[in-house]
Amino acid sequence: MSSVYEAVIGLEVHAQMLTRTKAFCSCSTAFGAPPNTQVCATCLGLPGALPVLNAEAVAMAVRTALALDCTIRSRSRFARKNYFYPDLPKGYQISQFDEPFSEHGSMVIDVGGETKTARITRVHMEEDAGKNLHDRGDRSIVDLNRSGVPLVEIVGEPDLRSGVEAAEYLRTLREVLMTLGVNDGNLEEGSFRCDANVSIRRVGQEKLGTRVELKNINSFRFVQKGIEHEIQRQEAVLSAGGTVVQETRGWDEKTGSTFCLRSKEEAQDYRYFPEPDLPELVLTDDFVARQRQSVGELPRAKRKRFVETLSITASASQVLTSHPKIAVFFEEAAKLHGDAGRVANFIQSEVLRDVSTRGLEADLPVSAAQVAALLRLVDQGTLSGKQAKDVYGKMVRTDKAPEVLVAELGLQQVSDVEAIEAVVSGVIAANPKQAEQLRAGKMGLFGFFVGQVMRETKGAANPGMVNGALKRLLEV
Amino acid sequence: MLSTVIAIAEQVRTGQRKAVEVAEESLRAIDTLDHELHAFLAVAAEPMIQQARLVDQARERGEPLGLLAGVPVAIKDAICTRGLVSTAGSKILSGYVPPYDATVITKLRAAGAVFPGKTNMDEFAMGSSNENSAYGPARNPWDCARVPGGSSGGSAVAVAARMAPAALGSDTGGSIRQPASLTGTVGVKPTYGRVSRFGLIAFASSLDQIGPFATDVRGAARVLSVIAGKDPRDATSLDVPVDDYEAACGKSIRGLRIGVPEEYFAQGLDPEVEASVRAAIASLEDDGCVVKPVKLPHTRYAVATYYVLATAEASSNLARFDGVRYGLRVREAHDDLRAMYGKTRDAGFGAEVKRRILLGTFVLSAGYYDAYYLKAQRVRTLLRRDFEAAFGDVDAICSPTSPTPAWKLGEKMADPLAMYLSDVYTLPASLAGIAAMSVPCAPTRGGLPVGLQIMAPALRESTCFSLAAAWEARLPTQLPPLGFER
Repeated sequence: MSSVYEAVIGLEVHAQMLTRTKAFCSCSTAFGAPPNTQVCATCLGLPGALPVLNAEAVAMAVRTALALDCTIRSRSRFARKNYFYPDLPKGYQISQFDEPFSEHGSMVIDVGGETKTARITRVHMEEDAGKNLHDRGDRSIVDLNRSGVPLVEIVGEPDLRSGVEAAEYLRTLREVLMTLGVNDGNLEEGSFRCDANVSIRRVGQEKLGTRVELKNINSFRFVQKGIEHEIQRQEAVLSAGGTVVQETRGWDEKTGSTFCLRSKEEAQDYRYFPEPDLPELVLTDDFVARQRQSVGELPRAKRKRFVETLSITASASQVLTSHPKIAVFFEEAAKLHGDAGRVANFIQSEVLRDVSTRGLEADLPVSAAQVAALLRLVDQGTLSGKQAKDVYGKMVRTDKAPEVLVAELGLQQVSDVEAIEAVVSGVIAANPKQAEQLRAGKMGLFGFFVGQVMRETKGAANPGMVNGALKRLLEV
Repeated sequence: MLSTVIAIAEQVRTGQRKAVEVAEESLRAIDTLDHELHAFLAVAAEPMIQQARLVDQARERGEPLGLLAGVPVAIKDAICTRGLVSTAGSKILSGYVPPYDATVITKLRAAGAVFPGKTNMDEFAMGSSNENSAYGPARNPWDCARVPGGSSGGSAVAVAARMAPAALGSDTGGSIRQPASLTGTVGVKPTYGRVSRFGLIAFASSLDQIGPFATDVRGAARVLSVIAGKDPRDATSLDVPVDDYEAACGKSIRGLRIGVPEEYFAQGLDPEVEASVRAAIASLEDDGCVVKPVKLPHTRYAVATYYVLATAEASSNLARFDGVRYGLRVREAHDDLRAMYGKTRDAGFGAEVKRRILLGTFVLSAGYYDAYYLKAQRVRTLLRRDFEAAFGDVDAICSPTSPTPAWKLGEKMADPLAMYLSDVYTLPASLAGIAAMSVPCAPTRGGLPVGLQIMAPALRESTCFSLAAAWEARLPTQLPPLGFER
């Protein structure tokens, strides 16, 4: 981006809430069922059917708003957003419009070592539409399993200034939602979706430029690349003396560019009006207070606490809070073992290699107790660091305690002074030239001798004792 | 001839009559009369006999019977009945069989009621004469050249002609009270939220209420007591205990204060209707009621307010009839999705429904919303306050139900506004969400029924029933000239 223009970006995120049942009926929300098997009169929009609000969805949406520092309105209304589409069975979506249940929030993000506060316009809840499938030749079919799944919509103010900031905003928001247990953070399955409003203006100019709505940016990479491309495109238009047209554009990953989906003239008039089938949504102080209590510690606070009270590095803290299950795993192991720094290092270097996450679920290869016990064996001198890694390898996906594996594998660290001295003597005798050079002051060769001793003992020798024996026998 | 709801239920309960005999009598009346009256869009002969048989078997086993055991209740076609076609009088739902029962149907079944069939109505309840039915109008049994009123015309006719002692209708702006008035039957529009709307094919959600028609006040009271109450499937239904409406029918009305609003006796009121209604009010005064004038100053805005709000909601409620999942789809090669929607809805909806969808779409459109929808909402609040103020002084308000008796078929079809004005006295109670009913008073010299409207504060249906029952006791029951044996 040139220094003449500045980008102005606001994101709208739709996240499916992890309720057991749909927003306005009692159908299951489970993903992956055969098409049109999780439907009823209400979510099919059958004549005469009525919506009844899911209290669990309200609780989750309110927790989200509270986590984003929003002001909660004690009374709000649902509204109908009217448009025709085959995946929208009632011909309208139940949403909130001019009276959302929360507004005026904010979220702190970290970009390039700096922190930035992005304002949140509003958080409200609405229902998802079904899915049109166009892969059946000349026919399109509709799957309404998703129809009526509750969504929380988070509308951000246009406070972001680059594709990188937008991607970071999205990552941070996703982490918050996952920590709250509200959303599984799954971009691929579409349970976490994002649209971006992008405009540019001359640096120093107050007035916003004409904005373009960007759709289909369903990965962090696409968000960043799509927005960056769109900024460049708008800049090129303005630099050439043209004007940016208000429109909706999509991101095409294949061509690496955005393309027009529909112009302003084709934009729909959604004819919002209050939903007469649902009474006002009343959130009592007591209800809001209970939700506030259950918000718990958010990722940013957790990172700070890990650094400040557990004394691990900022980068380790970042890695260990990247998924709620990993953070829990780390804290538990650190508590059991006592040395958070060593636990953090071991998890980062060994455990994370074998972790796979799917949404809110994380498949951890060992238990926190196993890690703590393993590191304790190192502390006691039973295992060397290298042996510990080998034992860990055997521990993965078994529930055997490390002590059991050590016995089974016959891996005990050699901490017998005489035995170690015998090996050291042998190594010195076998390498007289190097021993001479070392004695003459070439200290770099010390590591060579340690390595030779370790090789002889297959890593079992207590490293501290090896050092001591070498120094004594070489008289250095 | 079929007797009243309460008499039939009592006869069946005590074993004086078999439910199957009652059902057969209902079917015979339909068979004799309905080719001319066209009250029914579908007759459910076999299912009804089956229902009646179950009632008789239950009695033989000594099981306790419900409040409506063996009572035939005709059902407006806008109310979903599992396994029975429910079209709401529209071609777009031609042949549509709901997979579930409306809550009112579940409750009627549990009380032992049997269903002779689905009754004729103006398409999607939009109309005041039944002439907007896609399947041809029902006719008034008092004069087959005349309309029975609407939109619940078929239910009113079924009861007036004694094809059933009771029926369910739905009232959005007068759709129960006005046809009750025009056919000489009792019709109740309960307080908004008193009866579950789950399973009622929606016209205007903030106004729609299901209510009973019956040949007499006590019959209506019993049916309402069965269908009323909180429903977890309708978030707008009220969680308030249901009064004993039948007991209210026997209660003294001495000392009850009745308000008479001058705005309801204004220009356009047929003098014979006025005389009949004033005579009924005078009779109530003779029975010890205190009659006094009340003011409902915003009444003249009710028609305009109603046609903004009801059409706005209807434009959205009827969006689901798109040919995608059920009902009519025009099956031809379409250029695109819009063409499929357009052709399907053009073929499926009648002229009045289209007019209201267009009107409703317009008043919700960007740039017009504030001037129409929002303003109408504010006027609705003023209308509600009119009633609140008036009910500070009186227990009930009495007025004509309809400004005229039944008119000739075709008379108002070319003039929608004249048709809309026929609801001028019923719309305010709908907009205010209060309780209201129509009960027959003395017919015109030409022998056409006239209805007295009794309005009461929200949830005070009992007051309506007390007054209606007292008045009914003063008025010999009138029967339409259909050659019934007396």
